[in-house]
Amino acid sequence: MDLGNVFHLGIKELRGLARDPIMMFLILFSFTLQITSSANSASETLNHAPIAIVDEDQSPLSLRIEQAFQPPFFTEPRRIGWNEMDRRMDEGLDTFALDIPPDFQADLLAGKRPEIQLNVDATQMAQAFSGAGYVQSIVSEEVSEFLDGYRADPRPPADLQLRARFNPELNGGWFQAVMGIANSVTLLALILAGAALIREREHGTIEHLLVMPVTPLEIMISKLWSMSLVVILGTLFALVVMCNMVLGIPLQGSLALFMLGTALHLFATASLGIFLATFARSMPQFGIMMILVLLPLQVLSGAQTPRESMPELVQNIMLIAPNTHYVILSQSVLFRGAGLDVVWPQMLWLTGIAAVFFVVSLRSFRGFLS
Amino acid sequence: MTSPSVVAEIRDVSLAYRKVRALDAVSTDIPAGRMVGLIGPDGVGKSSLLALVSGARKMQEGTLSVLGGDMRSARHRQQVCPRIAYMPQGLGKNLYETLSVFENVDFFGRLFNQDRAERETRIADLLRATGLEAFRDRPAGKLSGGMKQKLGLCCALIHDPDLLILDEPTTGVDPLSRRQFWDLIDRIRAGRPGMSVLVATAYMEEAARFDWLIAMNAGRVLDTGAPEDLMARTGTETLDAAFIALLPEDERAAHKEVVIPPIREEDGDYAIEAGGLTKRFGDFTAVDRVSFRIPRGEIFGFLGSNGCGKTTTMKMLTGLLDATEGTAKLFGKEVDPQDIAVRRRVGYMSQAFSLYGELTVAQNLDLHARLFKIPPDDIPGRIGEMVARFDLGEVLNSRPDALPLGLRQRLSLAVAMIHAPDILILDEPTSGVDPVARDAFWQSLADLSRNDGVTIFVSTHFMNEAMMCDRISLMHAGRVLVSDRPAQIVADSGAETLEEAFIAHLEEATGETVTEEAPEAAPGAPAPHEPASGPATFGLRRMLSYAMREAMELRRDPIRAALAVFGSLLLMLVIGYGINMDVEDLRFAVLDYDQSTVSRDYIDQISGSRYFIEEAPITSSEDMDRRMRAGLLDLALEIPPDFGRDLLRGRDVEIGGWIDGSNPTRAETAMGYVQGMHQSWLMSGMREAYGPAAVAGDFGLELRYRYNPDIKSLVAMVPAVIPILLLLIPAMLSALSVVRERELGSITNFYVTPVTRLEFLLGKQLPYTVLAAVNLILLTLLAIFLFRVPFTGDLTVFLLAGVLYVSAATAMGLVISAFVKSQLAAVFATALGTILPAIQFSGMVTPVSSMEGVSALISRAYPTTHFMTISRGAFSKGLGFSELSPALWPLALSIPVLIGLGALLMRKQET
Repeated sequence: MDLGNVFHLGIKELRGLARDPIMMFLILFSFTLQITSSANSASETLNHAPIAIVDEDQSPLSLRIEQAFQPPFFTEPRRIGWNEMDRRMDEGLDTFALDIPPDFQADLLAGKRPEIQLNVDATQMAQAFSGAGYVQSIVSEEVSEFLDGYRADPRPPADLQLRARFNPELNGGWFQAVMGIANSVTLLALILAGAALIREREHGTIEHLLVMPVTPLEIMISKLWSMSLVVILGTLFALVVMCNMVLGIPLQGSLALFMLGTALHLFATASLGIFLATFARSMPQFGIMMILVLLPLQVLSGAQTPRESMPELVQNIMLIAPNTHYVILSQSVLFRGAGLDVVWPQMLWLTGIAAVFFVVSLRSFRGFLS
Repeated sequence: MTSPSVVAEIRDVSLAYRKVRALDAVSTDIPAGRMVGLIGPDGVGKSSLLALVSGARKMQEGTLSVLGGDMRSARHRQQVCPRIAYMPQGLGKNLYETLSVFENVDFFGRLFNQDRAERETRIADLLRATGLEAFRDRPAGKLSGGMKQKLGLCCALIHDPDLLILDEPTTGVDPLSRRQFWDLIDRIRAGRPGMSVLVATAYMEEAARFDWLIAMNAGRVLDTGAPEDLMARTGTETLDAAFIALLPEDERAAHKEVVIPPIREEDGDYAIEAGGLTKRFGDFTAVDRVSFRIPRGEIFGFLGSNGCGKTTTMKMLTGLLDATEGTAKLFGKEVDPQDIAVRRRVGYMSQAFSLYGELTVAQNLDLHARLFKIPPDDIPGRIGEMVARFDLGEVLNSRPDALPLGLRQRLSLAVAMIHAPDILILDEPTSGVDPVARDAFWQSLADLSRNDGVTIFVSTHFMNEAMMCDRISLMHAGRVLVSDRPAQIVADSGAETLEEAFIAHLEEATGETVTEEAPEAAPGAPAPHEPASGPATFGLRRMLSYAMREAMELRRDPIRAALAVFGSLLLMLVIGYGINMDVEDLRFAVLDYDQSTVSRDYIDQISGSRYFIEEAPITSSEDMDRRMRAGLLDLALEIPPDFGRDLLRGRDVEIGGWIDGSNPTRAETAMGYVQGMHQSWLMSGMREAYGPAAVAGDFGLELRYRYNPDIKSLVAMVPAVIPILLLLIPAMLSALSVVRERELGSITNFYVTPVTRLEFLLGKQLPYTVLAAVNLILLTLLAIFLFRVPFTGDLTVFLLAGVLYVSAATAMGLVISAFVKSQLAAVFATALGTILPAIQFSGMVTPVSSMEGVSALISRAYPTTHFMTISRGAFSKGLGFSELSPALWPLALSIPVLIGLGALLMRKQET
């Protein structure tokens, strides 16, 4: 292998990339807006949850409860009749329906322990679960304020002091932003390396390269290093400028260790990109393949939802995917400040996967050329 | 009013593509009933003019009347399009590669509304006349260039046109096929004397046979007249010369006759040798026992059609391809693809222009110089030499894409020569280059050969170029027919020109003859010209024709077919398994300083829950820190010393807990669990101590999770995900189907045939709607049987709504297709344009009743919203027709609205 050739061909790739406005836009977008928007999308607080109230009591207390539900968390509660409740829930108009029974206030004061019923439309996953808690605590609060003065609260005998480590305020934006970077890295490595090969094929320049004194190995490595370099620089920018400076996310752990992991991951993913590109006959086909490959890779990597919640089989299959290990590695290093003593298995996995992907894709690249 | 002897009247017609002016105030008449040729090099506006006359392209300036009517009028175009046939430029451009010969012609027959019997007779006639009978079932993509063009002609002639428009029909076709093609045209014209034929060609030899010529250059008409008149007027012997003489003064001035001094006889030193060279791809023999020897410094030509094995032979000589059999030697040494050194002595210029468009001319030269290992100090000098020699000084900092073709060819040659190779291998270097630039190019080649002793191996399909070579080989179907000096070949075969000699050799080799058909087989002669049924009404046959073709093409394209059939299923599996919000199996460990029965009891109730798994106890705070950093623990608890005793004595005690917050959603849920368990532990303690009354609250709140009592995320998610998936992929496929035609060029068939926009769109949509309906069933089965989501409502209503919904989804793809240019853009635009609004506004995440203002409006108009209501209602809420019908109507209404919008946005002409 001639390092000079690898270098010059790589420079050529970089120049070509700089002249490709769509790819440049994609890179820029992935490492800036994409990160901030993932960070902002994380707010899962309740927003205008539709609630209806069946008020069979018509007492000052029931009115007080009704008035406690206010925008922006809830819509203005809608007073409905008992018979409307089922139909409205069936049509998906209300996520919550609170049924206050007749004589609620009177029974409460009489210590008869009356029951309020809260109906939740559980097909509305996100709203249903976070909202039900809110509704419960709002009702309890109103009731106990109403009862205030009648009785004093007993003090709890033991207290539980729960604290979250690594993200004390449980700011969802932190997680989303960093996982957004991991997703961008995977996406760009796949697309840039694949597109670099398809671009050559569509322009007929690949044959031209082959009659020159360069080997397929040199061509492939030149694409890998140049595209990886772009993504590495983008990742650094996204981490240091976007996450740390703009979004104010504290980064734990060693940046160098994380970047080393990123480089390994890039090497594996870019190889995969080239491998896929040898099967696609054109850019459009490559685009379709990306839809079918990228989505599973990202959704099942653990960047969206925890790996632990997936079926065993899926978890095991996903061990082949480089970004599974990359996601584990970035969470460990960037959030928990883990060192090499902790993430060495991921590094080992990534190295192994990168080596295998590289060899396989070099083989199919050679086959593709002849 | 057009006179009957004129088929088209062109007045001041101009056409511009953005800034480039393709036609500049062209005015001329095209005589009727004649064979009229448009001559001139590439890029002078021939194709643009033909596209305008055929009605495929939209008029910009000027007036154009064809067959007695204004081509600006859509009604006139609709009326005359069954009388015009148009075959666009490019081998098989109007054909469908994966369809067989018969299927291709049949498709066109249906477009012209011919019934089965009529189609079969006509197709049989046409295939017999063109000699394609034997290849009836072969896919068009696997035909040779000549056969493709004959097939294109069959497709054009299926409806007996009065005006036949052919755009460079014989470019890249071997001389025998070319001759056969023109004979075929002659016979057809003999059978239909009234038919006008309008042809663009780059071959002057061919043009000489035409009745009338229009010579074009730079978007203008230079002259018109019969070939003899043109030659007489310019006082020249050949059309080539006549054309050059017609060029404006400044362009003509650059032209010099090519002068090639005779070659010096060398001492038998061979630069290139091929011995029995054979290449097979599977059972197809691309190159069959080719042998030749090329002495040093000679210009050696390979003459043959597209696909005859020229390029493959060249690739074997350069080591790009391994030979199956035989030997290839360069400078007496066998070619070894692994041997990089030999490549430094070879310069190669491939058929397609293959320099980097994204690099400047100077950067291209520099890159190649470096790759060929020219010492860095010598590079500037060497580049300077090339720039001077090939006159590239003025364009050093421009990008090749912006340069005219002739200049780009010179740049390619400069790049191929940068490392001063001994051998130059040039694969059809001059196709598409104008005569002046071509002669200049050949002069450069002559200088290289004679002055620098470079051996040049060049392939071409131009006879006049072949005549300039020292020796040539005639190639056909992978075999060398003859190899000698051009003049000798002509003399030996007793022919007058090289073309005739080549044809004689071809006939000998293939056993075919030019006039293999009896004249009575000429198609179309007896067919009375009946106008096809009015195109104004909706043609079911034309629509089905597009639908059938789309289905056949999809079946033969594995990647798109895989996306269509398995795409949604795969994504459903991924999402079903991947997006699981249930938090379980949290790992926790305790640092228990108390070690009492009370603390043990506290720990036991946590480890007893199904959410937590107990890990080995924590030994110290360092141990806790290490294990949490390593991600081994989700929860760590610290129970203080004397916890049990203090609790009993009623002192303040505090348990410390740390939760891994790196995934906040998970952490928040886990916190909720721990708090809840802590409370209930306290409660049970109090209940034991003081009896049940102490813990009874003021009131009870009964929580009913309806429709999904076990609050499983799959049960909630799957009915919401199905509408999203059934939108994404069907919309993407139908958008692709339209944009693909536009990108491949076969959309022209839609422009020039009587198909209406509605027929076209519905035909394209139908197969994808059917496939999406199949997907709907598969997804439903997957949901019920694999994900175990109970289906509680009315299945029939759900499926009915599903079919309506996928029709709307595919229609949405058609609307999107109007806005995107390339297939890649179609993939991404559909992904973003459908998924984002679907997730945002359909009520998937936020219920519709939570939305206000514009969001609420979009939400009510978006079809996904309504299907989402139906899907949830039918799956989880046990609803039937009466409850779901309010959502069915908007869904049904959206289909005609979307298709109508798609038809409105679709153009029946290229703009």
